[in-house]
Amino acid sequence: MNIMDKINREQCKQDVPSFGIGDTVKVYTKIIDGTNERIQMFSGVVIARKGGGIQETFTVRRVSFGEGVERVFPINSPRIDRIEVIRYGKVRRSKLYYLRDKIGKASKVKERRVVSAS
Amino acid sequence: MKGLIGKKLGMTQVYSEQGILTPVTVIEAGPCVVVDVKTAEKDGYSALQLGYGRRKAKNVSKPVMGHFKRSGLENNPPAIVREFRLAEDPQAELGSEIKAEVFDGTEYLDITGITKGRGFQGVVKRWNFRGGRYSHGGGWKRKPGSIGCREWPAHVIKGKKLPGQMGNVQRTIQNLKLVQLRAEENLLFVKGAIPGPTGGIIMIKSARKKGN
Repeated sequence: MNIMDKINREQCKQDVPSFGIGDTVKVYTKIIDGTNERIQMFSGVVIARKGGGIQETFTVRRVSFGEGVERVFPINSPRIDRIEVIRYGKVRRSKLYYLRDKIGKASKVKERRVVSAS
Repeated sequence: MKGLIGKKLGMTQVYSEQGILTPVTVIEAGPCVVVDVKTAEKDGYSALQLGYGRRKAKNVSKPVMGHFKRSGLENNPPAIVREFRLAEDPQAELGSEIKAEVFDGTEYLDITGITKGRGFQGVVKRWNFRGGRYSHGGGWKRKPGSIGCREWPAHVIKGKKLPGQMGNVQRTIQNLKLVQLRAEENLLFVKGAIPGPTGGIIMIKSARKKGN
């Protein structure tokens, strides 16, 4: 294998849950506060996934106190403790930047019901 | 001073233990063979001549082959030979191998390479001139403008920034931080960019302005 591919691959996390655009996720990040480490949660809608391999990032948007907040996380960052998918979204676009201009009900993403194979 | 010949493999990014992302250039450093040892007594200056890579023996000219024979390299002659000037006479044996682990404990490196050639370029790309405006009757778009006065000094000042060949020159980037060293694979991870294309041959030295 190419050495560069190998370097990139060995740094990528293996246990990233599969989530897509429009899904509502909870991202638990490790925050280093002086000496102690704690975990902070950020939840919202995934509006974009960009890049590939070690460089991949995703953008999570939420509206808190009437103000839109977006955070970009590198998917393979060791500071991300875990990612939980709360709700699957039904969208027809790969980048949901149009949500930035919507308020209220129009900014909601339709839910995709997943039939569990049971 | 420590030196090696290497090859640029490309750029990527790595995380530190704290989760800080650093842009790095991956370099294959060595393994190099000692082709010649130059001493102040014999040659008038101290240097280490290193070889890197492999060449077919039939492709090496006879005079060069004679030089390689002294260090026992007639069966696997190196493709590239470079000399590294040293402050003192080196203690190295002819034909011995030097690997990337010589940089173990070194924090900063100087890297020399040939920059990517960009051909004959104008002043906007080559010297970051602003150029004129394209709208409102602009009239001069990417021209250099005035290059001097008339009666005095009556000639264009030397060193005036003008169009010409850009790139394809040797450049050294000093004080690049060594982020990671993988001795068994002969890989160096250096913070930031280095001159030249991926696959380009570079010279790696310990940083002269950082006290090693």
